[in-house]
Amino acid sequence: MDLKPGSRWKSAVCDAQLVVVRPPRTAGELQCGGATVLPIDDAATPSGAVSADFAEGVAIGKRYVDEDSGLEVLGAKAGQGSLAFNGAAMTVKGAKPLPASD
Amino acid sequence: MRTPLLLDIAADACPERLALGGSGDGMDFHAYRARASRVAAWLLSEGKANTAFLGMNGDALPVLLFASGMAGTPFVPLNYRLADADLNKLVARSAPAVLIADDDMLRRIAPVDGVELVARSRFEAEFMTGGARAKVDLPEAENDIAVLLFTSGTTGDPKAAVLRHANLTSYVMATVEFLGADEDQAALVSVPSYHIAGISAILTSAYGGRRIVYLPAFTAEDWVRVAAAEAITHAMVVPTMLDRILDVMVETGETLPALRALSYGGGKMPEPVIARALAMLPQVDFVNAYGLTETSSTIALLGADDHRAAFASDDPAIRRRIASVGQPLPSIELEIRREDGSPCGPGEHGEIHVRGEQVSGEYLHRKAIADDGWFATNDAGWLDDGGYLFVEGRLDDVIVRGGENISPGEIEDVLRGFDDIADCAVLGIPCVQWGEKVVAVIVSRSGAPDTVGMAATIKARLRSTKTPEQWFVRSELPYNETGKLLRRVLKAELAEEVCAG
Repeated sequence: MDLKPGSRWKSAVCDAQLVVVRPPRTAGELQCGGATVLPIDDAATPSGAVSADFAEGVAIGKRYVDEDSGLEVLGAKAGQGSLAFNGAAMTVKGAKPLPASD
Repeated sequence: MRTPLLLDIAADACPERLALGGSGDGMDFHAYRARASRVAAWLLSEGKANTAFLGMNGDALPVLLFASGMAGTPFVPLNYRLADADLNKLVARSAPAVLIADDDMLRRIAPVDGVELVARSRFEAEFMTGGARAKVDLPEAENDIAVLLFTSGTTGDPKAAVLRHANLTSYVMATVEFLGADEDQAALVSVPSYHIAGISAILTSAYGGRRIVYLPAFTAEDWVRVAAAEAITHAMVVPTMLDRILDVMVETGETLPALRALSYGGGKMPEPVIARALAMLPQVDFVNAYGLTETSSTIALLGADDHRAAFASDDPAIRRRIASVGQPLPSIELEIRREDGSPCGPGEHGEIHVRGEQVSGEYLHRKAIADDGWFATNDAGWLDDGGYLFVEGRLDDVIVRGGENISPGEIEDVLRGFDDIADCAVLGIPCVQWGEKVVAVIVSRSGAPDTVGMAATIKARLRSTKTPEQWFVRSELPYNETGKLLRRVLKAELAEEVCAG
């Protein structure tokens, strides 16, 4: 899968939608709820179960990172599954929002 | 990453949220994207490289910006305040282009090859009115230039600053939380489209999920009236605007209870004005933002807590931070450097340099960014011990009057056209109302210069804001041994005279 910046993906097992903010330095698979994500325009609707190991959820507006590869993903729609890169759970990036300046 | 993605994901996540216009008759995110996509399809069918815009603020502007990104045609907003001759030079430089222009501005534009003029009324009838139709799916565009903004540079000939999609989206994603705004938030935008803040406001509002309400052009009366009627929560103003807004609030008794955040930038804010604003609007968070066109807007900001801490402090080092632009954004690097390029220590004055993904540092056909990514801002400044940035103005001598950059060179050129002028210099002198005001120092051959006539000529040839407000007659101007005018010496002398007078 080509996880290029701006590419959009959706979970195969829940309602989560994702945008790649930073690509990984190494090739690999983005997963949600334990299943490999699908391109946003894939016709498939979510099916199957969210893996109990990856069920902490994706929140809208939150950023998720995989420290090792540098992959960073934005939650564009919320879902029950949580994210992983090649099986390693991604973590929420704790960034304090800045005040509006424009 | 491309700018239309910002609108796309917002429209997918909250299609029914209001995005543009009044709370009663506004356009939701679904219609916003659908209209932009239909405009993009039309732009593609026109086949012109650029999409130019000459007009007042309104909902057509953000629709056009996103449509340009979808179509892959750089968006080129033009400054309607320019004199006709200067405006037409920029129109010619935007070719080949579709140029959407306000109906009452059409007659100002001289026909030029490759520029297809479209009246705004026609554009709005076609794309902005009637029920929203479905969006058109378009192939992802390739051109990575999002916006070309003409900036007034040192030479007086505007440079076309290049802002790439990657610069703008990096800025937005590093500074704004996706759909971080509550549904009741609304931003009042009164900066014009040809100013970087007018562009960035569109992008940050779409991504943040905040409704935009436009003022066609700024007047303090309209600003206060609309802010009250639309329960505006957020706005950006330049210093000159704020003082006048406060005056109108006093006159009308309006308190703007919904307002919670006001950012300001585009010039030095006089301390009495911000002090007055803090007292009159205690519920409002004030943010001072510093940025440049070439940096996709804000690179440093002084937040609400910084404002309060500065005003509450007895420590002069903290107190003076009210005059700073705060700290650099976490997503960029910022350094003050000496003329030889070495870094300055705290408190040491030098040139502000910046590096980061949002920094374009690029003009059409000319990169102004170093190979290692650092961009020299041409602004003078210094950092205090706490990393607060103090900006002192342009290293060169561009005058910043009420947020507008004025190049002394072109005013001096007009002056030199008078037989009576033996020598002249045009400078900006600090002033409470405008940040800086334009003054002329002249050496007259006759000894009895007709400054009224000269002022009238400048006003007619350039514009009123470029007309010197004060005139000083000298027997000679100061030069160094290599024949360079010592502007700073002159400026310091005049600042004293103006204050004393």
